[in-house]
Amino acid sequence: MELRRVVVTGMGIVAPLGCGVETVWANILAGKSGAKRIDDVKVDDLTCQYACRIPLGNYADGKFNADEWMEPKEQRKVDPFIIFAMAAAEQAITDSGLTFATQEEQERSGVLIGSGIGGAGGIYEASVTLYEKGPRRVSPFFIPGRLINLASGYVSIRHQLKGPNHSVVTACSTGAHAIGDAARLIALGDADVMVAGGAESPVNRISMAGFCAVRALSTGFNDNPEQASRPYDKDRDGFVMGEGSGIVVLEDYEHAKARGARMYGEIVGYGLSGDAYHITAPSPDGDGGFRSMRAAINRAGIVPADIDYINAHGTSTQLGDEIELGAVTRLLGDAAGSVLMSSTKSAVGHLLGAAGSVEAIFSLLAMRDGIAPPTINLDTPSVATVINLVPHKPVKKDISVVLSNSFGFGGTNATLVMRKVA
Amino acid sequence: MSDIADRVRKIVVEHLNVDAEKVVEKASFIDDLGADSLDQVELVMAFEEEFSVEIPDDAAESIQTFGDAVSFLTKAVG
Repeated sequence: MELRRVVVTGMGIVAPLGCGVETVWANILAGKSGAKRIDDVKVDDLTCQYACRIPLGNYADGKFNADEWMEPKEQRKVDPFIIFAMAAAEQAITDSGLTFATQEEQERSGVLIGSGIGGAGGIYEASVTLYEKGPRRVSPFFIPGRLINLASGYVSIRHQLKGPNHSVVTACSTGAHAIGDAARLIALGDADVMVAGGAESPVNRISMAGFCAVRALSTGFNDNPEQASRPYDKDRDGFVMGEGSGIVVLEDYEHAKARGARMYGEIVGYGLSGDAYHITAPSPDGDGGFRSMRAAINRAGIVPADIDYINAHGTSTQLGDEIELGAVTRLLGDAAGSVLMSSTKSAVGHLLGAAGSVEAIFSLLAMRDGIAPPTINLDTPSVATVINLVPHKPVKKDISVVLSNSFGFGGTNATLVMRKVA
Repeated sequence: MSDIADRVRKIVVEHLNVDAEKVVEKASFIDDLGADSLDQVELVMAFEEEFSVEIPDDAAESIQTFGDAVSFLTKAVG
């Protein structure tokens, strides 16, 4: 069976540093950080009291106003991750120029949006209600407003997308898996268009407490949070939570070409692997990440030397960064000295289930604009490496092939390889 | 307009995001005010909370309009 080519024709983002693809991208290239102290959630008794936050305001100013994306009446029923997904999906669909007007267009278009932890905040609140007031006070919207696949559900209802309706839950690999799996649905012919990505709203008391308990979060920067996310730096001490959503419109190449659509890039490689090592720690030899990348480049039919830019998983944790760096070095071999690799988590934090999809978008933008975004706060690398980690400032380079890594709890790894549409 | 009707109207306006003028005696939550079956369940829960009463499921099913809600709650509270 011949696999169809899949291209990206629309992109949408709501994230720390802005609402809207161009706003977030401009702020990343300017070296800004989205981290700040958390002032709307009780965190005074937590070891970590900061996160990368979505700036609030109007879309016209590059900021997020929930009312612009979902009716207040509907917002009340759902966790914020669903509102973020609605915002990013609408941007992406508008950007693509698709309208889904006919029955056939609707039936050939689907949705695949995931989340790492979904509605944990709402589950906590409903638990308190159940405990304090009893079962008759649990809202009928408790379940549908918390289920992870309801992001796909709401987006499908809003835009009348009647093709495959699916979801992914693979912790911090979710966004990459969602794009990869959705691309395969198109490649195999199940749909012509897929709206795909991840969404996450983890800045709430129970999620923050949980990630503090796992000892995954940065804790040493309560007085200067904008310096907390510092992948590869010797002073890094954990990841900084981020929130938001990144959504892309994926399309069959011939379908996109026939309507003269702008194509940001082609999804040419998708690799998946499991560490089979530990529930939260990556395997020390980095073999899981290595095999994920190798599978993706094999699928893409490229050699390591073809890769111009890598958007690393690079969360700023003690263990993970160097293990990934080792795996990339092993993969690239002699080509390691010519690649650019950065972690945009230094700027927007770790969006968990949305990380892979916002980073896929950043990778596509790096290719469009010929510029690698920086790893901010990287003052002194913790290990010597021949790989250019793009410290502090972006680097201009003609970029034709990009690779984006996402690794998640449970030892789940996903890699996307994208290239300019030839 | 009774105090009870005002309190019921306030809940309906807040939960269904409709104009207060539309919340009239004969207004059906589902047919006229844009509610679905889950909205209706939540409305009844909000009435229970506001008026500190318990509305059994069979009684809840008979509350289809704003007028139904006001008359049920007037009896229940009175």
